[in-house]
Amino acid sequence: MALAFDEFGRPFIILREQDQKTRLRGIDAQKANIAAGKAVARILRSSLGPKGMDKMLQGPDGDVTISNDGATILEQMDVDNQIAKLMVELSRSQDYEIGDGTTGVVVMAGALLEQAERQLDRGIHPIRIAEGYEMASRVAVEHLERIAQKFEFDVDNYEPLVQTCMTTLSSKIVNRCKRSLAEIAVKAVLAVADLERRDVNLDLIKVEGKVGGKLEDTELIYGILVDKDMSHPQMPKQIEDAHIAILTCPFEPPKPKTKHKVDIDTVEKFETLRKQEQQYFDEMVQKCKDVGATLVICQWGFDDEANHLLMHRNLPAVRWVGGVELELIAIATGGRIVPRFQELTPEKLGKAGMVREKSFGTTKERMLYIEHCANSKAVTIFIRGGNKMMIEETKRSIHDALCVARNLIRNNSIVYGGGAAEITCSLAVDAAADKYPGVEQYAIRAFAEALDSVPMALAENSGLQPIETLSAVKSQQIKENIPFYGIDCNDVGTNDMREQNVFETLIGKQQQILLATQVVKMILKIDDVISNSEY
Amino acid sequence: MPIDKIFKDDASEEKGERARMASFIGAMAVADLVKSTLGPKGMDKILQSTGRGHSVTVTNDGATILKSLHIDNPAAKVLVDISKVQDDEVGDGTTSVVVLAGELLREAEKLVTSKIHPMTIIAGYRMAAECARDALLKRVIDNKENAEKFRSDLMKIAMTTLCSKILSQDKEHFAEMAVDAVFRLKGSTNLEAIQIIKKPGGSLRDSFLDEGFILDKKIGIGQPKRIENAKILVANTAMDTDKVKIYGARVRVDSMAKVAQIEGAEKEKMKDKVNKILAHGINCFVNRQLIYNFPEELFADAGVLAIEHADFEGIERLGLVTGGEIASTFDNPESVKLGHCKLIEEIMIGEDKLIHFSGVEMGQACSIVLRGASHHVLDEAERSLHDALCVLSQTVNDSRVLLGGGWPEMVMAKEVDELARKTAGKKSHAIEAFSRALVAIPTTIADNAGLDSAELVAQLRAEHHNEGCNAGIDVISGAVGDMEERGIYEAFKVKQAVLLSATEAAEMILRVDEIITCAPRRREDRM
Repeated sequence: MALAFDEFGRPFIILREQDQKTRLRGIDAQKANIAAGKAVARILRSSLGPKGMDKMLQGPDGDVTISNDGATILEQMDVDNQIAKLMVELSRSQDYEIGDGTTGVVVMAGALLEQAERQLDRGIHPIRIAEGYEMASRVAVEHLERIAQKFEFDVDNYEPLVQTCMTTLSSKIVNRCKRSLAEIAVKAVLAVADLERRDVNLDLIKVEGKVGGKLEDTELIYGILVDKDMSHPQMPKQIEDAHIAILTCPFEPPKPKTKHKVDIDTVEKFETLRKQEQQYFDEMVQKCKDVGATLVICQWGFDDEANHLLMHRNLPAVRWVGGVELELIAIATGGRIVPRFQELTPEKLGKAGMVREKSFGTTKERMLYIEHCANSKAVTIFIRGGNKMMIEETKRSIHDALCVARNLIRNNSIVYGGGAAEITCSLAVDAAADKYPGVEQYAIRAFAEALDSVPMALAENSGLQPIETLSAVKSQQIKENIPFYGIDCNDVGTNDMREQNVFETLIGKQQQILLATQVVKMILKIDDVISNSEY
Repeated sequence: MPIDKIFKDDASEEKGERARMASFIGAMAVADLVKSTLGPKGMDKILQSTGRGHSVTVTNDGATILKSLHIDNPAAKVLVDISKVQDDEVGDGTTSVVVLAGELLREAEKLVTSKIHPMTIIAGYRMAAECARDALLKRVIDNKENAEKFRSDLMKIAMTTLCSKILSQDKEHFAEMAVDAVFRLKGSTNLEAIQIIKKPGGSLRDSFLDEGFILDKKIGIGQPKRIENAKILVANTAMDTDKVKIYGARVRVDSMAKVAQIEGAEKEKMKDKVNKILAHGINCFVNRQLIYNFPEELFADAGVLAIEHADFEGIERLGLVTGGEIASTFDNPESVKLGHCKLIEEIMIGEDKLIHFSGVEMGQACSIVLRGASHHVLDEAERSLHDALCVLSQTVNDSRVLLGGGWPEMVMAKEVDELARKTAGKKSHAIEAFSRALVAIPTTIADNAGLDSAELVAQLRAEHHNEGCNAGIDVISGAVGDMEERGIYEAFKVKQAVLLSATEAAEMILRVDEIITCAPRRREDRM
């Protein structure tokens, strides 16, 4: 590194301990970064599509995760390289924003990087490549907008939604019962959706899993499921028409926030204190009883005495319920969360048609079902499955399906899946390339080629001849000028995605292209990597 | 430019064929490990813990063996997991599920080497599993309506489960016990209500089921040793120094005299409490927490039997048995439900004194006292009995039963084979492989018994060609026999769970094409 000198000729230190750091500059830096990005993309490439394979990840503590979801794989992979971390971020942001297509976005970015490398070799400046990509992505997004189709559905006719969710689920291990899971996801989303505002609060959908049973036993519960049981073993296991007091204060003597001490120095004080204490418990339980509660749900624990009093007064109670669950219960039952016993009033009680305790298997596993709630806008998806990894993977798949359903409610435009969208974009971008004067033209063409890599990977994973299949589909699209021919991954016999019912959301696809382009641009712009060398 | 490392230092990555091989090998190794314990003539394993004392467990239970292994191979962990789930869900078949999954993978490996894509294999396995399940459903026997027959079904299931365990010598005795205990539960699957007490000494045959309730506690000194028509108060309350629960309270005194006063007040308070308890008109008091000497003395004076420090489950069970409510406050004696029993007495089992409650009101809970030569025998006996109890309690709810002794596997294999013949495409290879994996189970049972498995399985297959055949392997006589006559039955629920979870696990492992192992978390050296 060049040294800078001040007016007295003493050197400035720009980079501390320079010789201990490794440094890559210029084209080397770009090449190294591209290689790292490609390496990450290559790991995910084989997971793409309905015939994609899973990855087995062993965490730092020896726990095993098996997944097919791009975001999860990258998250658990614990990468060390900076550029690889960028790719992880990329997949995560797709997950946050859209929830689905996390694998596709990384594969897309990897392909863009690969093409960029080729352009670099030709001597095109990285910034020009980046700019070309930017233009191309705009063309692609606009083209998608043009070919997108509106998707009509309403609460009674949710079949189209189910079809789209099935496309998402078909690439997961749960595709054995994708139909029922897709229906569950759609029903759950419709139950909580605000169709006027076109918004869905996914927080209202709780996904619970319990090992055991089979995947087919997975069910949608219009209500809340709490992994708790009654505080006293002899309390009733089933309450009909429950009035629920939702408390965030413990059934214990009050603990004032200010520091204080009660000094006992005489026998009388000791006695009064004892009386006081008994009174506390009595009053607490009495207050709940007075307002007409038939079930108490509490965030904190109970004192033994209070527990017995509750039992004695025939007031079933649940203790140690988590904050999130408490909120959900409050929303579902239309109750208010009450922080102090004094503030309990009959209006603040939640109402549920049925609360019951259900036990599973041979171990002492019990869960509490709160059903037929006053406000049905909170649902629970209860997943059963053969083992823990299966449940976890199902949870992730359901999450993806929920996100897709939500996106469709927000914006009901769809494009066709199976690589059809990418192929038509590729054609559009390729056609647009010729209109640009200047070096960017090459970058735009490279973009078009990168778009082809997604359907190629799909074909490859499905055991088809990638190049042959792709060129056949491409020519078919051009000949008939119809944008919904894609790769026939499931060997159905037709590559008309409309017939196969393979849909993806427009915003999901657009987001994929935009995010991938952004990250690639960022990577291309780096020309200097300074890192602490291995010690 | 070489690709920079993208993982941390100790992380490793295995791809494609290598990853698949690694997981196949790991899974098969685990399956082979437990394979020799399968069936009535299966052998046991000795497990020695690495912890302090190097405690030894002798067992034949697949779940127990796998739980205690330290496994590093991720695919093997999947198998351990399914056996654990099988244990939780149905309690039995923990070995079979692992062996079947292992066989499925072994067959899959052969197919993969002959260039069939894993996804095709999975598709085939799925079809086969579905078909196998249908085949079983067609042949189930349901005797729910006929109580007497149902009971004999349960007896047979219990005997079949127990015959592979250490209890096989006295299987009738234990089967009787297990069935009785489960019938007392009246359809609930909560096995907590059945208490198993292990007392070394005597022989396994001396074990018995007690209709009443046995508490492993001693009666306080000076208190009556025998109470007839007992009224019991079951409580969960502090009987030591009843502390003040108001936050921040503390005792501050300035003279010795005051200390004495407060101590007196405390004593008075305890006395009050005891009097309140006595006001319930009881003659037996069982507390979950400690009872200090002072209150104990008071109870002794009043002629009340006081039992301290019963564990939580004990209390719950006692509440269940005697019909009493677990009390923590004692101000309203008239409304607290007391427990009743005809007789409380101290009994001796071996050298230990136990408290026996007999003639209880509700018969839901019961106690099983196991006797045996050593702790290891008792532990294994408990596990075996637990298996039997689990299966029985599940069968009470789902009363469908099947024949045993490799019969269900042969039935499934036959149907699956037929499906393979009808299916076009590469999938049929996978379906055929599935049926081979199913046949591996009777083969293993025969092998473990030292029989000529090839001969027996071939015979069995020929027999099963006839519709409605009941043939299975009779390990005792070493020949193919009619399972219905021999009374070898299994629960449908167990078989179904074995089939489905094994397929699910195999599918999961097959789908993997890359294994990424993260760098192990560095632990601080505490040396």
